[in-house]
Amino acid sequence: MTYLIDVINALALLSNFVIIPAIAYGSQLALGALGITLVFGILRFANFSHGDLMAFGTMITILITWLFQSYGLTLGVFPTALIALPFAIIITALFCVLIEKTVYRFYRLQKSPPVILLIASIGVMFIINAIVRVTIGPNDRRFFDGEKFIIKAGQFKEITGLNEGIAIKSTQVLTLIVTIITLLLLFWFLQKTRTGKSMRAFSDNEDLALLSGVNPDKIVLITWILAAALATIAGTLYGLDKSFKPFTYFMILLPIFASAIVGGIGSPIGAVVGGYVIAFSEITLTYAYKKFFIYLLPENLSPTGMVQLLSTDYKFAISFIILVVVLVLRPSGIFRGKTL
Amino acid sequence: MTYLSGKDMTAGYGGADIISNCSIEVSKGEIAVIVGPNGAGKSTVMKAILGMIKLKTGKIILDGNNITKESPQLRVRRGMAFVPQNKNVFTGMTVQENLEMGAHLREDDIKETLNQIYELFPVLKEKKLQLAGELSGGQRQQVAVGRAMMTKPSALMLDEPTAGVSPIVMDELFERIIEIKNTGVAILIVEQNARQALAIADQGFVLVNGQNKISGTGSSLLSNNEVRRSFLGG
Amino acid sequence: MSDSFKSTLAFTIMALLLFAVGIFQSWSLSLTILNLCLISAIMSLGVNIQWGYAGLINIGIMGFAALGGLAAVIVSQSPVVEAWQVGGFGMIVSFFIIVFGVLIIIVIRKKIHTIMLKRFFIFLVIILMMILLNKFYHPAVSAIESVNPAKTGFLGGLGMPIIISWFIGGLLAAGVAWVIGKVTLSLRSDYLAIATLGISEIIIAILKHEDWLARGVKNVTGLPRPVPYEVNLQNTEWFINLVEKINIKSLDRIIDLSEKKDLLRSLVIESSSIFVKLCYSGLIVIVLLIILYLSNRALNSPWGRMMRAIRDNEEAANAMGKNVVKHHLRVFILGSAVVGIAGAMLTTLNGQFTPGSYQPLRFTFLIWIMVIVGGSGNNLGAVLGGFFIWFLWIEAEPISIFFMNLLTSGLSESSFLKSHLTESAPHLRLFIMGFVLLLTLRFRPKGLLPEKVRRV
Repeated sequence: MTYLIDVINALALLSNFVIIPAIAYGSQLALGALGITLVFGILRFANFSHGDLMAFGTMITILITWLFQSYGLTLGVFPTALIALPFAIIITALFCVLIEKTVYRFYRLQKSPPVILLIASIGVMFIINAIVRVTIGPNDRRFFDGEKFIIKAGQFKEITGLNEGIAIKSTQVLTLIVTIITLLLLFWFLQKTRTGKSMRAFSDNEDLALLSGVNPDKIVLITWILAAALATIAGTLYGLDKSFKPFTYFMILLPIFASAIVGGIGSPIGAVVGGYVIAFSEITLTYAYKKFFIYLLPENLSPTGMVQLLSTDYKFAISFIILVVVLVLRPSGIFRGKTL
Repeated sequence: MTYLSGKDMTAGYGGADIISNCSIEVSKGEIAVIVGPNGAGKSTVMKAILGMIKLKTGKIILDGNNITKESPQLRVRRGMAFVPQNKNVFTGMTVQENLEMGAHLREDDIKETLNQIYELFPVLKEKKLQLAGELSGGQRQQVAVGRAMMTKPSALMLDEPTAGVSPIVMDELFERIIEIKNTGVAILIVEQNARQALAIADQGFVLVNGQNKISGTGSSLLSNNEVRRSFLGG
Repeated sequence: MSDSFKSTLAFTIMALLLFAVGIFQSWSLSLTILNLCLISAIMSLGVNIQWGYAGLINIGIMGFAALGGLAAVIVSQSPVVEAWQVGGFGMIVSFFIIVFGVLIIIVIRKKIHTIMLKRFFIFLVIILMMILLNKFYHPAVSAIESVNPAKTGFLGGLGMPIIISWFIGGLLAAGVAWVIGKVTLSLRSDYLAIATLGISEIIIAILKHEDWLARGVKNVTGLPRPVPYEVNLQNTEWFINLVEKINIKSLDRIIDLSEKKDLLRSLVIESSSIFVKLCYSGLIVIVLLIILYLSNRALNSPWGRMMRAIRDNEEAANAMGKNVVKHHLRVFILGSAVVGIAGAMLTTLNGQFTPGSYQPLRFTFLIWIMVIVGGSGNNLGAVLGGFFIWFLWIEAEPISIFFMNLLTSGLSESSFLKSHLTESAPHLRLFIMGFVLLLTLRFRPKGLLPEKVRRV
């Protein structure tokens, strides 16, 4: 009986420090990676400005949130950002369409090689970076309001009588719910609607799609709108869960690329799976399992070290390592995306 | 009554002309076949008629309209359908979705056409929920032809439809093409398998070095000594 | 306009711009900019070798620059004997564990053909390596890092003159580039870009967190110099005499002796800083000229022609098959070595190694802008790009502040918008960089000094 409680304690510990944070982080990565993968599937280039696009979308959400708050408009226990989000998506989408018209369209019509579009996206990255920093500054911003916890560790312990508590932040649950809704909508759109199917067709075989009468301008426009929406949602969720800082959003580009590539770039399902793979790897590899094993193992076998596979210093580097390993061993990713 | 024709076409990539002063024509309810040795410019003729490469001289007439300047997409809207030689299906989409993509431009109900295609190619109905990329070569060709037929085209162009399929499948495919012809579609085929193709052709065009060498009915070409010697292997 | 006239014109304008900074701002600033322009030019030559010659897209420049910096530390710092005593053995053993582990994995990959078996053995070797490393590596690291952590806490270096590191930095970068290239060069364009970006971040992560190597984020400061120190110069007779001679006119105008002495003193102080910078400029210019000369020779050699042929003609490239990867590897190593040299020079010039300061925006993407704007495929173009973009990067700040002040001149002094806009003006230089890149890509895709069209 006491051993059973030990096992439950160990699982609670793991849930609190590994599973729940990884699900939230994975969802945010998945949404970001979807944006990258859609742009890659349709426009055939790796968009280096996607991290900054996330920052832009989040910034707009924050500005609108502040505006609403200044009028005393809030959502009670929910963060005000949720009502700001739809407006931010619209503005970010318009911004993306503007970039498409002024920058990418030219190279698309010229049929420039993907590398040129990639370099152009670096230019766009610089510009969005500047816009964000000039508008909202380079500093850390928290814009979360409402109820912070759904259940606190202490409450959990009190209710269950366990030694280990599970704290569930409302932003984590919110992330999961918003992600599920977004994914359902997106996959419904891609699988069931005419436009969605023509997007898939265009990504699958561009020439044949053109021969079937698919309008490339429309497809590209919708792709950017979707990418903008996904970037804004992903960025806002990440910002609510942690905090908003332009530099962090620039750095998140690599885990997102890693997610998209691990899953198989160009494959939407792959992007989602990849997001969770990266998130779980980052957290499970750097978590110190000492306490976990103390619960599970008999006393004389208790570990003396931290039982940590990699120092937390390398948490961020794990996604790069996975990225490089996947690129080298199986460039098409888990779901056989497109190899270049 | 000629339905689709390319007159005195000269075209090529970069500096060199691949076809020069080449003329092709086909009427509704007829099959026209373009044959010739490798590198004769057969596929280029097809691309020129479809508008995928620009003509230097010559013109394309469809149903009495000069469409020389129009984009491939516009030509598709006008009723031309094309089955490329390679990459002619959406590999990541189901058979049914492939066919639906063929009807992308249509606003009316496509059920009837879909059923017609399934009647024409029964195996596609069986595998309608399977990914096109998982089908065999012959079945893929059927999907490709089916996709093109979904537009209810008045002119169907096929680039080497029998490349890489077994002889039995080839015969069956040609039979289906004849069935399509009988519905009143003008069909233009580029073929490597000259003998079999000419056997079903109403019109044949032999291309050499991008120019018309000999033209005539399919049977007259089959019995022509020079054609037999050079292309049909005796 | 002939090509040579165009480049002469461009470099003359560049020189005039630097003169203008000297006259309107200060000579010291002008020389600081010049030195970094020169180093940027070398880095952009390195990228040009990869991108301009061969079309390889390496977005990991930052990593190679940092490796050069690491070389500066390892070459110039004296060895920390105590650290070697407590942890040296463990480190050497760990090194051999890793080398043997990797060798065994390579053998397994080559010899065992059953996939399951192969994976099992590789997994086994990795686990074994981790257990062994746990025994040797971690204790050695903590031992080394606890040796006088405020000052050393690392293994130290070779205690040689820092200028040798310019060479070693190139070698180190080349060695790492060989490993990276072996692994990634069979990938194409987009994937290579992302892979190199990831690898450069891994390199920085290692430099930041492996304190035993170069103190990590605790930084190594006060690196020795290859040139004289200002303080020493200020007390050196010949230097004071020289300053006096140069400024004899303004000195003669002053009659009061103590005033004269004070003026000379301040002139000497000012001149000493300029003299030191000039010494650096001289050294860097020599390296730049050597690399430029070699690059140009390579570009015009049969080898260079072949590289361009591979770049421009995919069919030719495919026909060569595996050879392409081999040639690309060579180009990748050469280009990375040049970046490594520049990285070592940069750390030498800064006098300190700060792994935390390596950011992709500054060390990778900015260099790329230099190459694209300057003219990929043209070495002089890359050099010009290095000069022009670095100049812009530094001067964009005062320019942005000027424009922001102009823009907000109608607003009251206390206005929130005004203070916010003026405060954020420095970030506008990112905007200017992006804008310059996009403008070039759109309207002058071959850059300011385009690649010479040659008929092979």
